[in-house]
Amino acid sequence: MKLAVVGIGQSKQAKKRKVTIGAMVREAVDEAMADAELEFGDIDAIVLSKTPDLFDGVMNPELYLADAMGARGLPVTRVFTGGSVGGHAAIYGAHLVQAGLARRVLVVAYSKESEGDFTWALSRGLPFSAQLGAGAGAHFAPVIREYIRRSEAPEHIGWQIAVNHRLNATRNPYAHLQLPDITVEQVRESRMLWDPIRFLESCPSSDGSCAVVITGADDAHHTGRPPAWIHGMSWRTETGHFAGRDEVNPEAGRQCAAEAYRQAGITDPAAEIDTAELYIPYSWFEPIWLENVGLAEVGAGWKVVDSGRTAFGGELPINPSGGVLSGNPTGATGLLRFAEAAMQVRGTAGEHQVPDARRAIGHAMGGAAQFHALWVVGSEPPQS
Amino acid sequence: MRDIAVVAFAQSPGTSADRRDDMAEILLPVMREALGSAGIDRTEVDFWASGSHDFHEGRTFAYIESLDAVGAWPPISESHVEMDAAWAAYEAWSWLQLGEGEIAVVYGVGRGSLATDLDQVTTTQLDPYFLAPLRPHQDALAALQAQALVAAGMLDEKQMAEVVVRARAAGMGEPGAQVSGEVTVDELLAAPYLASPLREHDRGPIGDAAAVLVLAAGDTARRLAGRPAWVRGADHRMDTHYPGTRDLTRVDTVTLAAAKAADQAGFAAREVQIAELHTEYSYQEPLLTNALELSGATVNPGGGPLVARPTTATGLIRIGAAAQHILSGRADRTLAHATSGPALQQNMICLLEGDR
Repeated sequence: MKLAVVGIGQSKQAKKRKVTIGAMVREAVDEAMADAELEFGDIDAIVLSKTPDLFDGVMNPELYLADAMGARGLPVTRVFTGGSVGGHAAIYGAHLVQAGLARRVLVVAYSKESEGDFTWALSRGLPFSAQLGAGAGAHFAPVIREYIRRSEAPEHIGWQIAVNHRLNATRNPYAHLQLPDITVEQVRESRMLWDPIRFLESCPSSDGSCAVVITGADDAHHTGRPPAWIHGMSWRTETGHFAGRDEVNPEAGRQCAAEAYRQAGITDPAAEIDTAELYIPYSWFEPIWLENVGLAEVGAGWKVVDSGRTAFGGELPINPSGGVLSGNPTGATGLLRFAEAAMQVRGTAGEHQVPDARRAIGHAMGGAAQFHALWVVGSEPPQS
Repeated sequence: MRDIAVVAFAQSPGTSADRRDDMAEILLPVMREALGSAGIDRTEVDFWASGSHDFHEGRTFAYIESLDAVGAWPPISESHVEMDAAWAAYEAWSWLQLGEGEIAVVYGVGRGSLATDLDQVTTTQLDPYFLAPLRPHQDALAALQAQALVAAGMLDEKQMAEVVVRARAAGMGEPGAQVSGEVTVDELLAAPYLASPLREHDRGPIGDAAAVLVLAAGDTARRLAGRPAWVRGADHRMDTHYPGTRDLTRVDTVTLAAAKAADQAGFAAREVQIAELHTEYSYQEPLLTNALELSGATVNPGGGPLVARPTTATGLIRIGAAAQHILSGRADRTLAHATSGPALQQNMICLLEGDR
């Protein structure tokens, strides 16, 4: 069955202390429903995406949010796979349509990080293990150092990516960080958090929501706006703790991308993809993921960045929305990447629209880079 | 729809607090038993799904520990719900409908005993701005629903006690039961109230356990089980969160989910021989039985959640138990119900059938 994204909504990413979680979720839901020109009565199922409950202190948020999502009388599932969850939720929503269990599915995602303590929640101690209180950055910093060691990348690459993504965000009114005057020097001089990750190379902690409506082909054309067609979608998981893992180039990420490209009939992703929204919470993850999802040769991701190819206006713009570095409501971040990719191929991305984007990637990863989700969307329906 | 069946099920012994094993150690023998009874190993599994709760575990990403116990190498196709694992079973069932694989494994592992005060945990599933600050303890909202039924003349305390008497007697000899035994209605009614009209025995005991379900499609299911328990229909529905805006004497989401499941299955809830209901409180059994019109069915023949309620696995155990009745030849048609949220806010119905 051919599947399409027909409605997309998101809230502004920010510290949104003046709205409740429910109201913030409703912002994205209302926008997605209006974009799809649908009423709540037209929706058959809802999938909710959210990162750990300890982040904002609400357990089983699908229960509290039932009313905000218009879920009364509907099947609701709350998916949870860490940072990749928004991607998993979108794929599960698409599966419900594909399986014939729903005609139109609303996928909803959010995080309200201003109402909790992200690093505390990520650093909860386990019995019998060291209580490091490390948080996410401390986990990924050694991975980045290892990438730099292997690829012999010069240190300005990370700073340049931070600038590129923040300048992209100035074209996206929903992005949390608006730093129009940012320079490589500023990034270089910013405080060191976890060597080699500097403050301005890190994602913010944001509040925000996102929602998309997924349907089959029969329901894809009833608005004046074009749908985004799903050409391939995949998720893969690998175990977090064992000596054979390569976190610089996770096998699960490689297999996930390969499966989605197989479905989409893509043999040379670097040439056949027009733009990609990748889950890049620290600047150096741009070359890491470019290589992992096959948009650059292994070891050459940083050279692609250095050439300007991935900047806005380049041949393969990465995160034209500003990406995770410019706004990171973690529970919504994965779905935002998937939704932004869909916006690009629909031609509805506004000031950060990549000209003539025909095929785009939405990508998300979670946990210790062990959960991966990716979809390929296109402006035309898939061939088969 | 593709034919999908439960081909194996296993659960750990009922225990109120397992202080010997960690999460992975609770899960592993159950996983081995389920895969063993299906006669498969991990490499044959095409999709994995699980359910857990970080709040019950008191830590972030609780499911990663159990996932590492399962072993995700080489990488696997996998998903996870932070809900009762019954919802993971639904996800696995829908995934198998796609035709991209033949075998899916679903597991739920929970340790409800870890919290010093579970009332502090369960409150966090309420509206964080208006309800949670009032800190209603976990039984207060259930008592409101029970009281609404009593006030409407639909239930009395003696009926609730009778449900408990039968559940505890049925639990005797059941390895999954945490409490069981011969008790009388009079003894039960002499106990003090927990939250009127509920007494301590009116709620299922929270515990620690793991459960594993193996699902398979079509001919693979026929190969792996002598008599597969075909999931003929499954549906789940959500109600509003605010108890004050609901008619608590009704469970319209149960009725709706049962009707949708019956449409798929070609038979209705009232036609099953055995029903496994996720009754966290005794008052819920007559409420659910009436909504499902289960006049002829045996309900919770092993005692159900009133004798053991391991967090995140209780709903999955209902599906597993309903399937076991078919796998073992005890019944031809069974029903499983799972619930989540205060006062039966969210409900799932599965209708299962064996070949005759």
